[in-house]
Parts: sequence; C-alpha cells; structure tokens
Amino acid sequence: MFKIFKIFLYFGGFFFLLTACDKVSAFNSTKESAKSDNKEVSINPDVKMVLIKGGEYQPFYGEDSSLVQVQDFLLDEKPVTNKEFLDFVQKNPKWKRSHVKAVFADDTYLKDWQNDETLPKNADPNAAVTFVSWFAAKAYAKSAGKRLPTLDEWEYVAMADEESANARDKSTYSAHLINLYNQKEREKNAVKISQPNYYGVYNMFDLVWEWTDDFNSIMTTSDSRTAEFDDKGLFCASAATSTTDVLNYASFMRYAFRSSLKANYTVGNLGFRCAKDVTK
Amino acid sequence: MKRIVTSFALALLTLQACKQTPGDNAKATTENSAMDIKVSGETETQAKLNPPMVPAAIGNRAAKKVVVHLEATEEEGVLADGVTYKFWTFNSTVPGTFIRIRVGDEVELHLKNASNSVMPHNIDLHAVNGPGGGAEATNVAPGKEAIFNFKALNPGLFVYHCAAAPVPLHIANGMYGLILVEPEGGLPKVDREYYIMQGEFYTKGKTDEKGLQEFDQDKGVDERPTYVVFNGKKNALMGADALEAKVGETVRMFVGNGGPNLVSSFHVIGEIFDRVYVEGGTTINKNIQTTVIPAGGAAMVEFKVEEPGNYILVDHSIFRAFNKGAIGMLKVTGEKNPKIFHKVQ
Repeated sequence: MFKIFKIFLYFGGFFFLLTACDKVSAFNSTKESAKSDNKEVSINPDVKMVLIKGGEYQPFYGEDSSLVQVQDFLLDEKPVTNKEFLDFVQKNPKWKRSHVKAVFADDTYLKDWQNDETLPKNADPNAAVTFVSWFAAKAYAKSAGKRLPTLDEWEYVAMADEESANARDKSTYSAHLINLYNQKEREKNAVKISQPNYYGVYNMFDLVWEWTDDFNSIMTTSDSRTAEFDDKGLFCASAATSTTDVLNYASFMRYAFRSSLKANYTVGNLGFRCAKDVTK
Repeated sequence: MKRIVTSFALALLTLQACKQTPGDNAKATTENSAMDIKVSGETETQAKLNPPMVPAAIGNRAAKKVVVHLEATEEEGVLADGVTYKFWTFNSTVPGTFIRIRVGDEVELHLKNASNSVMPHNIDLHAVNGPGGGAEATNVAPGKEAIFNFKALNPGLFVYHCAAAPVPLHIANGMYGLILVEPEGGLPKVDREYYIMQGEFYTKGKTDEKGLQEFDQDKGVDERPTYVVFNGKKNALMGADALEAKVGETVRMFVGNGGPNLVSSFHVIGEIFDRVYVEGGTTINKNIQTTVIPAGGAAMVEFKVEEPGNYILVDHSIFRAFNKGAIGMLKVTGEKNPKIFHKVQ
C-alpha cells in the first residue's frame, strides 16, 4: 500500500514540477482535471476558519538546521463533526458506508453508525467524526472547497498552547499531552468545550488524532534506505538520534500513530479538520 | 561481467575468511542447519497462560509451525496496594504471555491492537533475525492486526517488547515479555518452571502514594524509578501468589528484565543457583549466588531445593527490594533436613 502511495506521490511531484514550469497551461490542466475528478457535490459546513500567520518552524524530524517555512493559511477551528459528515454522505452517496469502495476505506469505515444515514447510538452530533479514511477526509475537504492541512501546517499549530504560539520549551507542554493522550474515549466528547489555543483553534489534542494530507511523508519523502529520516527513525534507538526534540514524547506519539496508518484505514479515535490557502 | 567478477572475488574472500577462523565457520554451520530444519506435523496455536506460569516443555518434538496471538492493550490496573496505573500490555498481563518454541520452528505472529487503544503498538522480539525484530512489520493502529512470520534460528531465552515511538514510554508502561527458543531435544527436565520478569515504573507520586498514578517522564529520563517490581506489580509473587516447590524438587526460573533502565542483580536469599544459563544463552555457569540480568535481557536459573522454608527473590540492589518492590517469595514445603541446615540454639 505504501508503495502504491509512494508512486502516487512521485507522480504528484512530477505533476507539481510541470505546473511550476508552465503556469498558464498548468492552470488549464488543473481546471480540467478538477472538472473530471470532482464528482463530489459541494457542502457548506458552518465552521469558522482561523487565519494562521505563517512562519519558520523546526519540524520534529529533520536536521537541526533545517527550518521549514509555513505560509499563512486558514484552518478549521475544530475537527469535522458527526453531524457535518452525515450531511456530506447524504449529499455524496458514494461515501455512504454501504457504497464506499474498499480501496478508499477499510471495513471499519463509519463502523459504529447505525446505518448509512444514522449516527451511532448515543453519539453526540457535535462530537468529532471518526472511523473515516484519508480518502474520505480528502473528499470531504474537497467538497467543502478546502483541503487537508499538511503535516507541517498541523504541527506548526500544534506548537501552541493556550498562551503562546510556541510552547515547546515549556516543561509542562509534553507532560500534559502525554497524560491527555493516555485517556480513552475522549473522542466521544463534543468539540469546542475545552479552551482554544493561542490562535483560537480548538481540540488540537484532546479529542482525536487527525489526518494530515501528507500523513506518511516521513516514509515517502526519503528516497532510499540510506536516507536519514525514513520510518525506521520511529523504531528503537535510531529515533533518539534523528529527532530534534527527543523529550517531546507527545510528538513522538503523533508521528508513531501516523506511521501506523494506511490511506484506507479507519480508526476509532482518528478524525480530521480542513484547511485552505489564503486567497489574496 | 563486472558483477560476476565481483561475486567471484567475494566468494573467494569468504572462503579465505572461513579457513582462517574455524570458530566462525562452526557458528555459520549451526545457523545454516537451523535454517534448513524442515517443519512438520500439525500447526500449534500457542496457549495463553498468565505469568508466572509457562507452557509445557517442547521435549523432543520435531520443528513445526506455531501460531502466536498477542493483543496490545491499554488498561488501568493495580501497581501496588491502593495504587493504580495505566498499563500498556501484551495480552493484558505484565509481563506478556510467555512464548515457548524450539529451534527451527516457524512462527506466525499475530499482533492485534485492541480497538479501544489510543496508541499504535508493535513488537520487537529479540529472538528474531530480521529488521527491527519484527517492529517495522507489525506497527499497528488501534483496531488493526499485523501478521509476520519468522523462523527461530538461535536457541535461548529472549526478551520481546513494544518498539513504537516513544519506545521508553511503551516499555515503561509494561509492554514486554519473554520468548524461549529451546534447543533441539529440549531443555533438561525439571520439576517446576516459573516466569519472572523485572521492570520499573515511574510515577508522579511517591512510592505507595495511593490513587491513580500518572507516568513521570522526568523520573524516567533520570532513571529514578518509583517502583522496581517483579511481574508488573508490587507483591505479585508474595502471600497467596508466592511460588511453590517441594523439598527435593528442581526449580527453573525464566527471569527477564524489561527495564526500561535498570540492570538487575537477581538473587534468591538462601539458595545457590546450581546452574545459570548466562544471559539466557548457551553458556552454563555453575554455583552462582547472584546473576546479572541486563535491561532487555534474560537468564535461566536452576536449583534444587533441599530445605523447607520461605526463600526470598530479590534484586540485590537491595533498596529496590525492600523499598520499591523488587521482592518475591518461593515457599518450599517438606521434610526438614538437619544435615544441611539447622538452628542450634
């Protein structure tokens, strides 16, 4: 599966390069491909998007010197909820549980729903939707005129606590998250009950893990086994030498979680939120 | 062409190397022969026994296919009297289920991650020859299952543990166990076998502070455990749960050390180990008082019990035993033997 995805990404990379070379034709071709691919009926979820002011950030994985530039972008203030996802599947029947193709979502897709259009028993409509695949999340974002955040964008926002944009150096930051992450069934709680972070974004940590667009990029960007930051960095001792912040156990957990996923996986504590470019 | 030349040169070099070091050559032969052992007979599904119990000895059976099921779980349990902790486990026990196979066996290992888990988990078996000991092949999300096959090439007693990031946390929370690979023909027969594994726990509260205790990362990094215990909790092998034997019996203990940090100085007060399989390998040392068990290592100790009484198992780094919990008991019953031991006055 990873292999397929890798190939997919390579082709994506080529495509990207091509478009960069020739903006005009690229614009046309994107438009065309958008036309042919976009079978999603658009939805209009009522969710505030927060402007995240970009900047340089130190990715968890990478060399000390390699700062990554994150551009300004918009991020949903909360994860996509049960109610919102229900609206999406009602308007886009191919994403109903009984219709979805196995390559796009495994056999636990929307597993706890009572049927194609009924939320789980006792489920809070305002709780984050879970048991959704990366493909389903992507389709949802597309139909909302958005996209999934990149891993760098997500982690950039995740540096913030309630008071500051970068809380990584606070000793309590990781310890607090480890204990939070160790609590079960958090995904059943409604969104936006807890405090927002510095940016005004809710529930980055306390409800669900979240898909990112390039969730397994740690594995796919390294071109060979000699590369420094492939998935092996997540196992055993090698992790201690390749991460920039070896005591940030909370980040380790997120990266380990992402590396255990495949794009058609659906998991009980995994949801998503959407992002968008800033249009000038 | 170039390739052929290179391979030829390599082959020559290998041959040369073999000539010069007969020891290495011998080793290669053993491993090769283990590799060539054919499996036969019915596939066995390994039984799930809770520690300190172990599955029956393999005896002189032929190599076969063995299916092992492990489930990674995250569950609250008792760490000491009145103290609870959120353990991460293999098959809901600390240490996890004892796996018992022989050299040449082909193991099909199923690692399921419980559907209500929060974290991904995997397994690195030190008995495996292959990348990550299986860790990469088994990194599994909540609710999913991974399967991988391996052939046991080296006999010995090996540790297995979770190696998902952050590795120290997964081990500190209890994700370890032992896998025994018996040599061809099996280990010598004994009367009793027990499974004991030492491990440390790092909690926010002090030792014996009541209530649900959270993991303390700083104590973990500083290697200052709040608890050092056998089999996942203080007093797991005391009182009604003490190990038992009768005078005249031979006892074999499979002793592992999950760590994550400390090296154990394993000792049984009032006994001398007649035989120690040093570090769980093939070398046998005799007449040993205390044996070192490294973190991520194991040893097999064997002794005959001659005199009734209570024999205390400790990590002889002794504060650990009497203050942090590294203590257990072997109750020996039977006839007194004044020739060996008796109090005069």
